[in-house]
Amino acid sequence: MTEQQAGSVVLSFDNVSISFGAVTALSGVSFEIQEHEIVAIIGPNGAGKTTALNVINGVYEPTGGTISYKGEVRKRMRPHQAAVQGIARTFQNVALFKGMSTLDNIMTGRNLKMKSNLLMQGLYWGPAQREEIEHRQVVEQIIDFLEIESVRKTTVGRLPFGLQKRVELGRALAAEPEILLLDEPMAGMNLEEKQDMCRFILDVNDDLGTTIVLIEHDMSVVMDISDRVIVLDYGRKISEGSPDVVRGDQKVIDAYLGVTH
Amino acid sequence: MLYRETGQFKTSYKGDMAIFTIRQDRWALIAVLVFVVIGVPLIASQHVIAGYLVPFLIWSLAAIGLNILTGYTGQLSLGHGAFMAVGAYSAYNLAARVPELPIILVFLLAGLIAAVFGILVGSPSLRIKGFYLAVATLAAQFFVEWVFATYPWFVGGAASMVIDTPPMDIFGYRISSHLDNYYLVAGFVVVGALFAKNLVRSEIGRAWMAIRDMDVAAEVIGIRPLYTKLSAFAVSSFYGGVAGALYAFCYVKSVDFTAFDLFVSLKVLFMVIIGGMGSILGCFLGAAFIVILPIVLNEIAHLFAGQVPSALLTNLEHMIFGGLIIFFLIVEPHGLARLWTTMKEKLRLWPFPH
Amino acid sequence: MLMELAFAIEVLIAGLLSGVMYSLVALGFVLIFKASGVFNFAQGAMVLFAALTFVRILEMGVNFWLAVAIALAVMILLAIIIERVMLRPLVAQPVIILFMATIGLNYFLEGLAQGIWDSQVHGLDIGIPDVPWMSVLESTNILISLFDVWSAVICGILVLLLAFFFQKGRIGRALRAVADDNQAAMSVGIPLQLIWAIVWAAAGLVALVAGTLWGQRLGVQFSISLVALKALPVLILGGFNSIAGAIIGGLIIGATEKLAEVYLGPIIGGGIESWSAYFIAMLFLIFRPQGLFGEEIIERV
Repeated sequence: MTEQQAGSVVLSFDNVSISFGAVTALSGVSFEIQEHEIVAIIGPNGAGKTTALNVINGVYEPTGGTISYKGEVRKRMRPHQAAVQGIARTFQNVALFKGMSTLDNIMTGRNLKMKSNLLMQGLYWGPAQREEIEHRQVVEQIIDFLEIESVRKTTVGRLPFGLQKRVELGRALAAEPEILLLDEPMAGMNLEEKQDMCRFILDVNDDLGTTIVLIEHDMSVVMDISDRVIVLDYGRKISEGSPDVVRGDQKVIDAYLGVTH
Repeated sequence: MLYRETGQFKTSYKGDMAIFTIRQDRWALIAVLVFVVIGVPLIASQHVIAGYLVPFLIWSLAAIGLNILTGYTGQLSLGHGAFMAVGAYSAYNLAARVPELPIILVFLLAGLIAAVFGILVGSPSLRIKGFYLAVATLAAQFFVEWVFATYPWFVGGAASMVIDTPPMDIFGYRISSHLDNYYLVAGFVVVGALFAKNLVRSEIGRAWMAIRDMDVAAEVIGIRPLYTKLSAFAVSSFYGGVAGALYAFCYVKSVDFTAFDLFVSLKVLFMVIIGGMGSILGCFLGAAFIVILPIVLNEIAHLFAGQVPSALLTNLEHMIFGGLIIFFLIVEPHGLARLWTTMKEKLRLWPFPH
Repeated sequence: MLMELAFAIEVLIAGLLSGVMYSLVALGFVLIFKASGVFNFAQGAMVLFAALTFVRILEMGVNFWLAVAIALAVMILLAIIIERVMLRPLVAQPVIILFMATIGLNYFLEGLAQGIWDSQVHGLDIGIPDVPWMSVLESTNILISLFDVWSAVICGILVLLLAFFFQKGRIGRALRAVADDNQAAMSVGIPLQLIWAIVWAAAGLVALVAGTLWGQRLGVQFSISLVALKALPVLILGGFNSIAGAIIGGLIIGATEKLAEVYLGPIIGGGIESWSAYFIAMLFLIFRPQGLFGEEIIERV
């Protein structure tokens, strides 16, 4: 449980639907995310969880319904807009820049905060150099926080999957986001790594107040750290509420057991 | 023993982010610079300077340009020759029609004109990716060749479509000897290489590499794909244009569209691949390799068979280029530069094996 | 007026016929792309190599059909060597690396071909005269070269054969599996190396036919390999992995290129065929990035 008190509604889905050709990925999904919450989206495979995340930060455009972020109602968010407005995310299959080092990957997360232009960067003089150092300091704090100092110069492509996920979290944090979307952040991790990741997520929420929306399959993690849970199945929302409520909901149990409905 | 890092602590981020973090590397760089400025003129003959060092430097500069676009940003370009041509012809027209302009400014402006052209060529790069973009650059290559082959205006009306470059003056000093040309070219290359090195380790360099590695993810974290790609095209073409201008003015002393054809584009691409994609040092290594190979081949052929017909040598050259490209791509896609860093790693431990 | 119309039709038909030739070379590209996802920049060099081998063997006095057989055998051997030496080690690499390897291959083959066989221009005559089709000329006053027509017929037959062979049956299915995902195809037991060798050999056959036909037209020389670069706009138009696209794309490019050359060329300076096909293709790309029949590129995050 977190110490943060949930604030006002920062993101809401209003009857959002999206189809890819004949496949309906989401159908009439509505929910609200409040500031400072940790919300988990769960559901069987193919339920549309990643799609929902992709709609939030603009990778997909919904075919129906609207999204409202920070009070502004819109049909579609563009990825760049989402980033500028404080939405950061990680991906199921780790979308890191495999040819760059850990340090450089996380530094790319700072790109929105960097102001110097091409010419100044080429001369590496004065303001450009100062800026680079400033951002390096912030990134080092993140590296510290995530305990990945030992691999900071390693090319990311060579790291084990669990560490890659941590680096990706670092890159998302580097943007100092207001909302963090995490797609299966614990996938492929052992118990110890999962505990570390939980600790990081909770710390980020506690210390920085970042709203967190995460997709997760590990129920114990979900129960432990989330304030609320949203359950999707076949593209629809079938349940919502505190972890305990959702756990006891028969519809949810049926969905996971594969009972046809 | 020699190449030791112990005792050299980086106590600031600034120190860690310097280009040469190891003291020995810094000395090596200074030694190279001293050699370039003083050593070469003392040791090398005019023939070597004019025939090999000058073109080596020019190709290195061109390779830096292409490496930025293809190696760092991942946009394969088969039209680098076109950018060099635009630079060369722009420089000629500026120098011939506006003789008051200082020659250094002429070259920089030629680079800028090439950069603008580069942005044009790269403008469809959001919609068109990968092979398709490579084909678009090929189209640019053929089109530019045709333009300069067809319209005599670009060579001041000369019917032969080839024209000699006018002489160059810097602050009243006339560039005439081989050494003069050498210093001019070396100056551009040293400054250009440093500038490029700074760029690739700055934000824009990271953005370029992000686009190369995963452009969808790059967009999601806020990197603007169009700006990043176009800036890569612009910088790449700028370097290509300056290299083309230097090639025309300081090496062949004439402007000739056949000097910048498809084979030149491929030649520079080979330099980038063999030298190492995504490495500034690699540009120099690749250029050196491609400049030296014909000489080496010639010497070896001499040893074995006396006078060998040049046609056979050219074909052999082509086979070796091609074979080496395939070899490097299979064995070490990061080219000679990676071999170099691996060697340095071993050197750090020498004489210990690990 | 009628003369102008007749002339226009002549140009159109000449364009279509040369388009069939483009289709044939494009087909070689498509085959390799469908099977290995590689864009074989070396296709042009393969055309040159095939043509040179064929013409030189012929010059040595060997019987025509035997020479064809030998040249074909050489191309098949070449395909097998390429697969083993170049493709196999690069199987896991991103496609752009493979493409660059084929650029290297192109250089290598050009050097090899001319190194072995020399760089002179060789005339080639395979028995089809380059004369007007008299019956058509007499009845409609339209000038069509008999050679062009025969080339088109030969190409057409070859195209249909290849299309049929690769669409239907086990080989066709194996091909499509391999085109989609090399490693997955391997894991279900599809003999990747064999498929690749077959495909590259087929591309070699295409190269031989194209090289022969063009060789008669232009003489067998280095510039043949450059003509293959013309196939690129065809591929852009038709999509990189569509046989139908290669055919239709070839026809469209051939026709529009010829028309542009005759009607637009004189206005802006002539000699525009080096790039006109590319521009036509580029325009197309802007509106439809995957070409007429190409598959839409789906990117999953």
